[in-house]
Amino acid sequence: MKKTYLTALLTSTLLAGPALAQTTLTIESWRNDDLLIWQDTIIPAFNAQHPDINVVFSPSAPAEYNAVLNSKLSAGSAGDLITCRPFDASLELFNQGHLADLTDLAGMANFSDVAKSAWQTDDGSATFCVPMASVIHGFIYNADAFAELGIEVPTTEAEFYAALDKIKADGTYIPMAMGTNDQWEAATMGYNNIGPTYWKGEEGRKALIAGEQKLTDPQWVAPFEQLAKWKDYLGDGFEAQTYPDSQNLFTLGRAAVYPAGSWEISGFNTQADFKMGAFAPPVAAAGDTCYISDHTDIAIGMNAKSPNAEAAKVFLDWVGSPEFATLYANALPGFFSLNSTPVEMQDPLAQEFVSWRGKCEPTIRSTYQILSRGTPNLENETWNASANVIRGSETPADAAKRLQDGLASWYDPQK
Amino acid sequence: MASKKPVRWHIAVFLAPAVLVYTAIMIIPLFGTLNLSLFNKGPDGVGFVGLGNFATLFGDPRWSASFWNALGNNAWFFLIHMLVQNPIGIALAAILSTPRLRMAAFYRTAIFVPTILSFVIVGFVWKLILSPIWGIAPGLLDIVGLKTLFAPWLGREEYALTTLALISVWQFVGIPMMLIYAALLSIPDEILEAAEMDGITGSSQFWKIKLPLILPSIGIISILTFVGNFNAFDLIYVAQGALAGPDFSTDILGTFLYRTFFGFQLQLGDPYMGSAIAGAMFGIILLGVCVYLFGIQTRLRRYQF
Repeated sequence: MKKTYLTALLTSTLLAGPALAQTTLTIESWRNDDLLIWQDTIIPAFNAQHPDINVVFSPSAPAEYNAVLNSKLSAGSAGDLITCRPFDASLELFNQGHLADLTDLAGMANFSDVAKSAWQTDDGSATFCVPMASVIHGFIYNADAFAELGIEVPTTEAEFYAALDKIKADGTYIPMAMGTNDQWEAATMGYNNIGPTYWKGEEGRKALIAGEQKLTDPQWVAPFEQLAKWKDYLGDGFEAQTYPDSQNLFTLGRAAVYPAGSWEISGFNTQADFKMGAFAPPVAAAGDTCYISDHTDIAIGMNAKSPNAEAAKVFLDWVGSPEFATLYANALPGFFSLNSTPVEMQDPLAQEFVSWRGKCEPTIRSTYQILSRGTPNLENETWNASANVIRGSETPADAAKRLQDGLASWYDPQK
Repeated sequence: MASKKPVRWHIAVFLAPAVLVYTAIMIIPLFGTLNLSLFNKGPDGVGFVGLGNFATLFGDPRWSASFWNALGNNAWFFLIHMLVQNPIGIALAAILSTPRLRMAAFYRTAIFVPTILSFVIVGFVWKLILSPIWGIAPGLLDIVGLKTLFAPWLGREEYALTTLALISVWQFVGIPMMLIYAALLSIPDEILEAAEMDGITGSSQFWKIKLPLILPSIGIISILTFVGNFNAFDLIYVAQGALAGPDFSTDILGTFLYRTFFGFQLQLGDPYMGSAIAGAMFGIILLGVCVYLFGIQTRLRRYQF
């Protein structure tokens, strides 16, 4: 493996030979879907201002990224710029000295503390990646189906279930497209989608980290109780339904509601030939504050051993600029800029998602910061528990108790 | 004349390539892994912990629950192979070796082909066939009026592991078939003719003459199945992912090792505990092979023709 990278690196150096006056920066990323966008839109825009810096976007497969990156970094063959996963994966790289401290980078001033929180040390003293984008959870619905059945877009829990009941009674559409085969949708698009409404977003998340609340408290069990109700609205054989199955069911127009993350937007726009809309996770009673999961997902940092540190900093500064934010958010609707400057977006579905930032309280996924450091891993346990609860093989209370016991077994504030 | 025996260099020379390659890619990694399983990260860096990792694996209620669950599932996976794959393989070989069967070569090839397919293809194709949404299984059952029997098998805790085991049986039934077929063909005709002279024909000829003669082959197949099943990983990973859902009901030692060693999603890899699991797997397989070699193989009666 190492040898291949070395050869690849040597070849790329040789190829870059003729343009010796230029500096070449290589970006490591897991977003192989975005290769064209980087090559056609983002890098040319950067080169318009800095023609002397050559940028190469070199992604690897998402599932392999962490492992590949770790081995490249320890072998010293990693690129100059590193796309950062949120929280512990990147923190670990920073602690090992692979990522450079970027606290003093001028572009950092354009980001709020919440935006930076995923790429900071626990005490917030050092920031090591420039935030790029977050993803927002909610529900995408088939607007044509809603119009056909005369359903209003739900805002409260009661309206939500009434709408699902109506779709089910009509029988033309599967009320909700979700399966439990791959497990992560149940946790990510189920539990962490509707959950913040019950645990009150940041308030509950921080109290859990501080040990003031427990996963067995009513506000943490409530999302599981909701998920347990979803079972009746899922399609036949949802137990064996995979993530691509659910996407296809929705885009083929066979299902009416899709519990979503905003990253689906660009894919759905090309696949679905009906009108789509989106609604935020429903609240318990009309007028309650709504909470959304606005999860800091992707950032970019600098390889501490990069020989081109000066050029890399120039690029990172540009990534922190409002110009990059506009380019990126429009090229990839559904990946929302974390920049403090508001970004104008063209896509109506993306606009709908981002409009919730104005009226709802944002938070991030409850399991990502600190709480998934030990064994058993809270995030992985939550996948399993959420899928079990939807399938009905574990009661909400049992699932919550199991998560709490697991967390308490290694996390001191919860002991 | 006391002439010294010449040093037979050629033996070493001829053995060298195999010994070197095998040492480099099998023996050194094996001992490296076993060595790694004796270390772990402490508050002041990585240090020697002796059998501490194994104590955690078998003593900690969470670790041991996962381990025994995986081992139990693995045993069930193996049992299905022994009860379904090997008898069917033997039966197919017996049928194929009947001289009156036409198109034997075609059947032989057709049954053997899945064996050379990649796990990724097999897992994906069967997932599609059994899919409750797009699959052909519900439709086919509907045609024969048995739609009520259909269930999303891969998604139900009680069926998922058995379904996957049967998929694996479908894929690998060709191997026992081929080995037994070869063994059956090597039985000399004189013995069979002598049996016919004594009036032993048809199925009693199979049970009384052929089966005892192919028992050593069946033994080899059993041990191959054992080693293959306890090292299995690919099919489960392709069909159910590293979390081996639903609710770890398809988690076998291979997937448990993968999750621990390489990490998964937010869980960072733990090479030390992973090595301990790999060590335990090695021990289990070693024990199984020893039981076979010393307990069974030495007692099998062999016939010289």
